[in-house]
Parts: sequence; structure tokens; C-alpha cells
Amino acid sequence: MSSGARPRVFISRRIPEEGRALLAATCDVNSWESDEPPSHSEYLQAVAGVDGILCLLTDTINGELLDAAGPGLKVVSTLSVGYDHIDVKECARRNVKIGYTPGILTAATAELTVALLLATSRRLKEGIRAVENGEWGSWKPMWLCGPGLEGATVGIVGFGRIGVTVGRCLKPFGVASFLYSGRSEKPVEAKELGAMFVSFDELLAKSDFVVACCALTDKTRNLFNASAFKKMKNSAVFVNTSRGGIVNQNDLITALQSGQIGAAGLDVTTPEPLPTDSPLLKLDNCVVLPHIASATHKTRAAMAVLAANNLLAGLRGDKLPHEIQI
Amino acid sequence: MTRRRVYVTRQVHEEAVDLLKEHFDVGVWASDEVVPRAELLEQVQGVDTVFCTISDNIDAKLLDAAGPQLRVVATMSVGTQHIDLAECKRRDIVVANTPDVAADSAAEFTVALLLMVTRRCLEGAEAVVNGEWGLWKPMWICGNEVVNRTLGILGFGRVGFGVARRLKPFGVKKILYNDVIQSSMGAELQAQFVDLDTLFRESDFLVVSCALTGLTRNLINKETFDKMKPSAILINTSRGPVVNTADLVEALRSGQIAGAGLDVTDPEPLPPNHPLINLKNCIVTPHIGTNSTKARLNMALNTARNIIDTLVRT
Repeated sequence: MSSGARPRVFISRRIPEEGRALLAATCDVNSWESDEPPSHSEYLQAVAGVDGILCLLTDTINGELLDAAGPGLKVVSTLSVGYDHIDVKECARRNVKIGYTPGILTAATAELTVALLLATSRRLKEGIRAVENGEWGSWKPMWLCGPGLEGATVGIVGFGRIGVTVGRCLKPFGVASFLYSGRSEKPVEAKELGAMFVSFDELLAKSDFVVACCALTDKTRNLFNASAFKKMKNSAVFVNTSRGGIVNQNDLITALQSGQIGAAGLDVTTPEPLPTDSPLLKLDNCVVLPHIASATHKTRAAMAVLAANNLLAGLRGDKLPHEIQI
Repeated sequence: MTRRRVYVTRQVHEEAVDLLKEHFDVGVWASDEVVPRAELLEQVQGVDTVFCTISDNIDAKLLDAAGPQLRVVATMSVGTQHIDLAECKRRDIVVANTPDVAADSAAEFTVALLLMVTRRCLEGAEAVVNGEWGLWKPMWICGNEVVNRTLGILGFGRVGFGVARRLKPFGVKKILYNDVIQSSMGAELQAQFVDLDTLFRESDFLVVSCALTGLTRNLINKETFDKMKPSAILINTSRGPVVNTADLVEALRSGQIAGAGLDVTDPEPLPPNHPLINLKNCIVTPHIGTNSTKARLNMALNTARNIIDTLVRT
């Protein structure tokens, strides 16, 4: 990049205008102005010679793409908190910084996680369907009942920003005890909730609600498999708003069909989108949402601004507001 | 002495029936469906207590059919709209209900409805089923978060307060409420008592959790919607007739308010082709607000205990 020339940036999708405008003010921006992604070859072409890439979680940022961008690439900024779609080692090898958007989406994500938990446990999907199908008769004492949070044990797998916030939101619902598992203890956050650090197995065995809030890594891939579902209570409600990859989905289907666990609420699946003929969609005790946990106008706009600022910092050679380090 | 008699008008939890059997001869309409009127009038003849639900019409005719020995009407609900309270009072019949035991369950369900409406979960779930879910998009099915919004509670009783308490950690900026009187519980949540006008104008979420009375019937109507914000969401889990149904349909269709979540309607049930059911920005659930297993069991047990406490004590 010669001095005086504006940095070249590729934005791989239509993003909230606040983010795009911020970049356009000081950069030459090539923005893929569509809700659908560029094809593989279009993407490789578009990044050739750029200084920065703003990408989405559905893009694969690997060695091939980084090579196509070339040695001038300084920074990749993803519009997400998850970065399992980015080859972190390949970026480090090429001195490419990686920006991501934690924190700013925590409140919206925790909120949707609780919404999904409640929609699942209190059987709103079946209720809504009964209304639509004319199955709503008189009030019945024992119809369509589900577990409440009052007096329940909630197990949070992955006690990071989102997991802790989910716990805080659930506390006034009368939860009797919070358990959490993960790589390390978080005594400060745990104290606020009175949460106990336990092994994954103990959490599975004791929890009435199992909420997955962990990142997708090599250690967590397929964490929730047949063996895990077997350890859970038959009445347990499983909620996943993190990544589909932490669940062995076929094992989940079997567990739900056989009554090995009570119900599941999923905002993330494998693949995404989930095909409409998936057995998950035929189950009364499974609620599937289309990966909307951070989907509020304010949060997405704020994510776009943060992603843009991550990118701009990377272009300047400054420390990123939020950077992935390995 | 012959044992006193109870008639239970619906299939309820075995534990509750067993409890009653310790003290009374128990007759039960062992069905999930409402007992037909003629059958009910016959079965209550000579009983000392009726254990009923909101689906039963406890009027003078039924009280006559039962006879002068009827002492207690115990309903498995907090609401008593279905019971002629004046007639019961005239005949010295004790009316018992279950106000405390399901409030937490109802508050939890109310929050569930509110979150589902504001985060467009029904649209999301339908998009999955209909094949409209594509690759992740930043600006698709975006809703509005609870953070920094104003929560308005109409009826600051056990359920209303329970809703406010549960939503506080989600980051609501302000909690406003209106009720017949101010409540000291409000201070705990920094909730402000306001007049109805202010409640309607300022609420981003208007939660209806008041009893159905002469004052509250039809309270939420066209005039209310005129005052509300176009971005506001109405949640009703109390009783259908508090809200004017036709006015609500119009308000949702015209964008006068942004959305609604209803667990109770007028009429109830709603016919499946009713406009409210087909509106994208309205979620209707079939009056299941107290449907946690524990709450329903406790409602049944408490109804039985109400009867036992009244009759066995005296």
C-alpha cells in the first residue's frame, strides 16, 4: 500500500449501514451488496490485494483464502463472537490479526437463550399449534404441562459472558441451584449466582435444565453425544444457542425420540439452515429457531460498528478493541 | 355418621383426590372434557362441596340443584368469574380459590410470551419449518431487546410483581405500574406508580396482569391503543375480556402497536380462523399460563385442602 492510498477493504455481505459507512469514510470499500454470499471463486477474486476483510460466520477463512488475499492483508474482522470458521493458526502464520465481537451481543444472546428455554419448557410451540389447529377446547387441569424453573437445578456449560448473563437472568425465576462446568473456575461470577463448579458429568446428572453456552473448539465438538444424553435426566430440558457443532445431532434426535431427555431448544444446528425434512422438526419436544440469538436491530448495528472499528484498528497497526489471540 | 360428599367436576391429580378420599366420599367426572350441564346438575345433588374449575358455571341453578346442605365451592383457579359470588354469600356458602400457588408459574409464562413476541420467535420457528431459513444474515428477523426499555404492569399483584422481578436483570430501564392502590413492593424494584394514561403512553411492554372486574373489563380498547407507542407490545395473561378483541385486531393490523402475546382471549377459545391467530405479530397460546407440572399439582392439592380445612375444622 503506497502512502496516501486508502486501504482496500472487502465486506463479504450486506451489513448494517452504520458499519459500512464507518469503513467507507477512510477506506476503499468493496461491499458484496447482497444477503446471499459470494460464490467461492467470487470471494477469492474479491479479496485479491485487499488490506482488510470484514466477514460473517458463514464464511470460511482458511489458508486458501488468505493466500488469495495476498501478503498485504493485515486484518480479518468477523461479525460474530464465534470464530470457529477462521483458521487462527494460518492467520497467525501470516501476521493477520483477527477481530471479533464479544460483549456487545451478550445481552441479546442471553435474552434469546432464556426465551428459547421458556418456549421449550413451557411448551409454547405445542400450545400455539393447538390454537392454530382448532385443538383449543376448555381449560384442562393436566393438559400440556411442562417443568417450571421454580425449584429447579440449572446447569450452564461454558460460564463465559453469555453463560453468566443467562444465569443472572434466570435467577429471579426461583432457580434452586446453579451448576456450571468448563475449562476453569470463575469464582467471582459464580459467587454472584451461588453457582457451583462441577464436572461435566455431574452437571448432566443433576440438572433439570442444561444450557450450552460454550465456544466450538476441538474439545467441545460433539460434546453432547449419546453418552452425554444418557447421563441427563429423562425430564431434562436441553438448550443450545452456541454452535451446532457441539452437539451430535443424530444422537440428540434419538435421545428426544426415545424420551431419554425431556425436550430441546436449539437456535443452532448442523447444518445451518436445517433442512425442512429434518427429524428434529417433527418432534413435539423440540423447538428450533434460525440462529437469531443476537438478532436485534440495536445489537446487529452495534456489532457492525465494532467489527468496523476492529478492522480500522488492524489497518492502522493498532491494538484491536477485541482481538483473537492464540 | 355418613361421610360428607364431594363432587369433582373434572379429571384432576390423583394425589388431590386421594387427599379428599381420606375425609369424604368423592365423586369425580373422570374426563379431560367439561362435564355436561345436565350431568353436573344431577351429580351435585346432596353434596357438601363442589370442586370445580373455571369451565364450570356455578350459578343459582346449580346451587339450587345441590341443595341447602352445600357448604363449600372450591375452584382450582385464582379467578372466580365463573362463580356467582353474591348467590353464594346469600346462602352462606364458602367460596375458596388458589391465589398464591400458581403465581410464579403464571409470571414465568408471561415473561416467556413477552420475550417470544419481542424477539419474533414465532416468525423464526415458522421460517425454519417453511424452508425460509437461509444462510445467516445480519439483518433478518431482527427483534427488539428488553434492554433499556420501559416495562408497564397493569395490575401489580403476585403475577405482575413476579413479571417485573423476573425482567429486571434483562436490563429494563424503567418499571411503571398501575393498580387500585400503590404497593410497597414497588420500591423493591424501583417501580413507579403512575396513572393509566402515563402507563399506556410510556410503556414499551404493557403487561396486563389484573383481575377481571367491573373496572377492568374492556379497559384495553381503541382509546388505549391510540395512546400507546407504535413500537409497543401488549401481553395479556390475565383474563380475555380486559382487552377489546376487535380493537386489538385493528391496532395490530394498522401498526398502531407492534405486537401482542395473549394466553387469554375473548371469546375463549378462539376459533382457528380468528384474525388474531393469523397475524404474524401476534402469538396466541391456549390459556396454559399456569402449566408447570408442580403448579397444577399444587393448585389441585390446595383446592382439596381448602375443602378439608373448611369442612373438617367446622
